[in-house]
Amino acid sequence: MKNEIHPLQVVVYEGDGANPLAASERFSLISLLLDKGYAVMRVAAGGGHLQTPAADLPLVVVGDFGGSAPELEDAAGRTEIRTHDIRGLAPDAVLETIEQGRAADQRGLNQPGAAGAWKPWFPVIDYDRCTNCMQCLSFCLFDVYGVDDNQKIQVKNQDNCKTNCPACSRVCPEVAIMFPKYASGPINGDVVNQADLEREKMKVDISALLGGDIYSRLRDRSEAAKSRFSKERSPDKALDERKRCLTKLQQSGIIPEEVLAELDLASLPSPDEIQRKAAEAAARAQEARDAAAGAS
Amino acid sequence: MSKKILYCRCAFAKVVPDATKDAVLEKLCESGAGFESVADLCEMAARKDERLKDLLAGDEPVRIAACYPRAVKWLFHNAGVPFSDGEENGDGGKHIEVLNMREQSADEIVEKLTES
Repeated sequence: MKNEIHPLQVVVYEGDGANPLAASERFSLISLLLDKGYAVMRVAAGGGHLQTPAADLPLVVVGDFGGSAPELEDAAGRTEIRTHDIRGLAPDAVLETIEQGRAADQRGLNQPGAAGAWKPWFPVIDYDRCTNCMQCLSFCLFDVYGVDDNQKIQVKNQDNCKTNCPACSRVCPEVAIMFPKYASGPINGDVVNQADLEREKMKVDISALLGGDIYSRLRDRSEAAKSRFSKERSPDKALDERKRCLTKLQQSGIIPEEVLAELDLASLPSPDEIQRKAAEAAARAQEARDAAAGAS
Repeated sequence: MSKKILYCRCAFAKVVPDATKDAVLEKLCESGAGFESVADLCEMAARKDERLKDLLAGDEPVRIAACYPRAVKWLFHNAGVPFSDGEENGDGGKHIEVLNMREQSADEIVEKLTES
């Protein structure tokens, strides 16, 4: 999975036995570490407690210890604690020290801006608004959604979500799906107002007029193209067809242009796969609705 | 009662104004308060990081500088750490308060984070 690497915890220790850093130095160091993907805790004099780091992760403690870092041990024996004296070191040098330790341990870190970094983009469901209608499950072809043991909609495979695509939130009639990193409201989590609800209702109505859901347009398109594909099936033609379907989606405004531009069209499901996945998703949604109705 | 402070850097996106998140962190660093900070709360929630559970444990008030309260509430829920936004602590104050760096000013946020 893309999101299995927990951020390493660095403690900037300024408690008993350490000298306080200058505020500007503290800010430079903490912001630098955060921008590199670390979690950072500042322990001030006379306060603060050390949180449990994520399982099996070492704790890196840095501070001005007067020239020599103390050796620390976790009394429970659960966590490895590494200490570094950073007296006189610039923030870049502190980062380098920490990075060297991480490299020696061969521990990964999801670093913002680094090649291959995972941008945490996934839907977040507002269960105060969600009515468990399963439109999102029916709509998403990438198996992001599923249901729990009580047939309640869940985000099951957030890694599958297409970065910067908020399409499922746009088909949600209750505006219950958020993407916190989206630019504008209410998809970004801003308060939902009446105008937003009216707009969403209108979208669903339009979608219904078009044949129930947006993917039906893809399916219709693929059906129409099927006979042609069977006669002259070639990867290029299939790709062109997919591109035309996606352009339709783009024109609908449901999937943003920049997302479509970044999609690797060749890796997208084929028209046949789309048909199959849509049918499966619709069946799962119906099954979940039936089970929920049976339970109530 | 002491409080727990969590600051989210939102390092994987450009949706929180740099000026606000820098100013909040800078003032926090000047305040002398102890605090937790994370590169990206969404990322930690996605990983269901145990540290989020620890953060909300106990009766101390928790102040979170991040983005929209509705998003943060359900991110924690997504991480398996649900909280109620109306819950009060023993002093009658809010147990958990989310401060929105996308909308509120840095001064307003820091005042809430550091008020006793």
